Amino acid sequence: MPQPTLLSRITDFANRANPYPLYEELRAAPVLHEEEDGPYVLSSYFDIEALLHDPRISSDARNLAAAGDDELAGDETGGLPPSFLRLDPPEHDRLRRIANSAFGPPHRPRRIENLRGDMRQTVKELIDGFGDERRIDLVDQFAYPFPVTVICRLLGVPREDEPKFRGWVDPLVASLDPAAGQDTGGEFQKSAQEARMQLGMYLAGLAEQRAKEPRDDLLSDLVNSEGPDGAMTMMEVLSTSVLLLIAGHETTVNLITNGMLTLLRHPEVLARLREDPGLSVRIVEELLRYEPPVQLVPQRTCIADVEVRGVTIPKGSRIWLVLAAGNRDPERFKDPQRFDPDREDIQHLGFGSGIHSCFGAPLARLETQIALSELARRLENPRLVEDPPPYRQNAVLRGPRHLNIEFDGLRD
Amino acid sequence: MPADHLDWLRREGRIVVVGASLAGLRAAETLRAEGFTGSLTMIGDEPYEPYDRPPLSKGVLLGKASPLHTELPHRREIDAKWRLGVPATGLDLSAKRVRLADGDEVEYDRLLIATGVRARPWPKEDEARLDGVCVLRTREDAADLYRRLKAGPRRVFVIGAGFAGSEVASACREMGIEVTVAERAGGPLVGALGGVVGAVAADLAVENGVDLRTRVTVTSLEGDQAGRVRAVHLSDESTVEADVVVVSLGSVRNTDWLAGSGLGAGPRGIACDAGCRAFDFRGIVTDDVFVAGDVARSPHALFGYQFLSLEHWGNAVAQAETAAHNMICHGADRRPHLWMPAFWSSMFKVNIKSVGVPPMGEQIMIAQGSLAERRFVGVYGHKGRIVAAVSFDNTRWLEFYQRQIERGAPFPVEYPTVDRRPEGRQPVDAQFPDPSLPTHGPMVTMSGYSPADQQLVFHPARH
Amino acid sequence: MRLVVDLNKCQGYAQCAFLAPDVFAMHGEESLIYDPRAREEQRERLARAVAACPVQAITADGLEGAAGAEASAGMGAGDASDAR
Repeated sequence: MPQPTLLSRITDFANRANPYPLYEELRAAPVLHEEEDGPYVLSSYFDIEALLHDPRISSDARNLAAAGDDELAGDETGGLPPSFLRLDPPEHDRLRRIANSAFGPPHRPRRIENLRGDMRQTVKELIDGFGDERRIDLVDQFAYPFPVTVICRLLGVPREDEPKFRGWVDPLVASLDPAAGQDTGGEFQKSAQEARMQLGMYLAGLAEQRAKEPRDDLLSDLVNSEGPDGAMTMMEVLSTSVLLLIAGHETTVNLITNGMLTLLRHPEVLARLREDPGLSVRIVEELLRYEPPVQLVPQRTCIADVEVRGVTIPKGSRIWLVLAAGNRDPERFKDPQRFDPDREDIQHLGFGSGIHSCFGAPLARLETQIALSELARRLENPRLVEDPPPYRQNAVLRGPRHLNIEFDGLRD
Repeated sequence: MPADHLDWLRREGRIVVVGASLAGLRAAETLRAEGFTGSLTMIGDEPYEPYDRPPLSKGVLLGKASPLHTELPHRREIDAKWRLGVPATGLDLSAKRVRLADGDEVEYDRLLIATGVRARPWPKEDEARLDGVCVLRTREDAADLYRRLKAGPRRVFVIGAGFAGSEVASACREMGIEVTVAERAGGPLVGALGGVVGAVAADLAVENGVDLRTRVTVTSLEGDQAGRVRAVHLSDESTVEADVVVVSLGSVRNTDWLAGSGLGAGPRGIACDAGCRAFDFRGIVTDDVFVAGDVARSPHALFGYQFLSLEHWGNAVAQAETAAHNMICHGADRRPHLWMPAFWSSMFKVNIKSVGVPPMGEQIMIAQGSLAERRFVGVYGHKGRIVAAVSFDNTRWLEFYQRQIERGAPFPVEYPTVDRRPEGRQPVDAQFPDPSLPTHGPMVTMSGYSPADQQLVFHPARH
Repeated sequence: MRLVVDLNKCQGYAQCAFLAPDVFAMHGEESLIYDPRAREEQRERLARAVAACPVQAITADGLEGAAGAEASAGMGAGDASDAR
């Protein structure tokens, strides 16, 4: 039996709990190309950073399809046009500008700032909801419902519809995993496309309401966008909302859960956070380096020959950028395997960089800062029930499926 | 230098920094950070601790920042003796003394000159004295101009459409003030970025309501009986009534105080080697006088060892750090100042950034985006190499082109890039003005090819 | 609290403008303007902005005790005489 490739070991679920030794192997071959029709895998900080700003690298799903990666290209179709995540400029820039005009500065400079009170309240209610339980699943009882509540409010999606849209979101997110559906032929991707269409139709219903009766939410602003870039078409509104709804919580769940897991493994940092909630700011940045919720970007292609460290990546090749490997690159960070929120230099790749850098980054930051500082403050003597916890299947959006925690009581 | 002397210098030597602005402050911080424990004296002609200037023509005029509160944060304690509000008036190289305007003399073992530049005044002194004729360089200039703009002038007249002049015009339009801009060249920013990009800046200005007059010069400023400026006369024989005139004709390097000192200082700055050591007027490098910031002119290996004078914020910081390091280290540990020229500006809500030396380029290629949409990256080529790039609202791509410049990558850009439009398929003439015709204050000037080419000519300071 | 942004480094990610909207503002799509003298009540937000900058372009002093300050030295009341 042939030796499994390094890439297949990374996507192998058995290695999900700790892929970092594999990433170290990756960095030893910083431009890895194991199989003729496989991707080029980049894992050094400086190479990844450079390629994220390289105009010869395309994010356009159509280029990816041409590169022969039909399964990945397929995941965003489902009758909707690609979201800006899967487009290049100028289409990307136009859609992202319009989306941003509904979301942040300069047009909506306080939309996120104004959510801080709501976020605190939601966190308080969720922790109060633990009641007399002394053992909880942090994922199901906190890390999932919190960002879902926030993104619903922001976007204008009724919170009570969550059970409905969760059924569509789950297969969509699963389809982002490179290992997904390998055994099931096209069925898996087909169900993801079906889910995307269903989710789009659900959001279309809301969008039509907002077109008639705008409210103070993002969906209303997207539907009624007008400005130098013109309006989004209804289809563009839908693919943008699908993206924001999913990206708006699926990654934050992992950031919060990875965060609490890491703090429970570093009780001295947890103790400091309890005394000084301001430390959450640095903790979140270090988490984005140490346990980034998006581990790798598997959706890029190059539209010209690109030379990296003496290796020519031929035009049309697929490229994977393993952010989580770059984040622990000793060429860039001192003592990279150490979780150290005091490090002077935390210029991580956790949110990517360049034109596709995470759209929701400020929201994720605030949510996680509030979540971790409140958990640290209120849980008395919290401890892990099992380590490592069970993980989700996904190698890209990596995080625990459950995180069982025991504690002695709740502080006010 | 023998090691024991260096040890003594680092421990109890006397370092004097002339110029208490960005470069001076960052140099002082670096000296302390690298272990200098001797005495440190900071001499500045303005009576204020070091403050930041870029906000003066941007955030301050837009009302976002106070002109009186742009003091620079300190990166560390510097434990210096401050002599503020007292200009240096002379330098005795052999006695190692700086003379001050109040008659004092300060002795040094190592000297750093970071005296920067000042605004080039309107050359006719009687007209320059008219009430309402302004320049913009210091915080007092900014406070004065801001006060005049808030008073609601009928029209502001800006002489010179370089970056500073264009930024002032932009602020005026945001405040709803009528503004006329006169420029000797064919468009704004032409000296710094060439005519192709200048045409975009011109469209931007005109579309935002600026009355832009190009290929004209101002012949005179007219005052009323009370001594207030009331009109501007132009070389095309037109007259524009205005009650504020902003003279934005670039800058003058603050080297007058070095006249006759024997240092290689003149109107184009103080020549120094790549290690920031000043040349004397014979072209021989000095051992104990260093230069940093806007006033320095140093050879750059990436640009054919041409002597670059860069009025760039980032250059001041980087050169100050290099100079300070070299002032207190062994010869073998000296570093060259190899900073990649880079600057930013912002006008009419468009972010303009550049890397490299655009005026060195003969051709430009719009590698990404579109001039008409005012979102693009333009790449400049010189003798088959990429030497610079400029972006309008496209800054996230710029570091790619910076690496191309650093690697001497070929020009034109043959490979495809995302967002390449038909207009970007071929390079075109970048349309820099004939260097024999002066324009107003390009940000980069070049001269000479290597230290060996310096002529043994003493240039007295000119005004 | 004093601050300065290295606008050569700045790439307009706007994290600071999201997190401390009274200190930082986007002017157009990617140019940043800011108040170099932030008021005391902005301390917490300024610390968030400094730490969140993806290109680490913000230098602030006077952020002692708050996370993310590049330096805590600064020119507080104690060393104001230093500048006179």
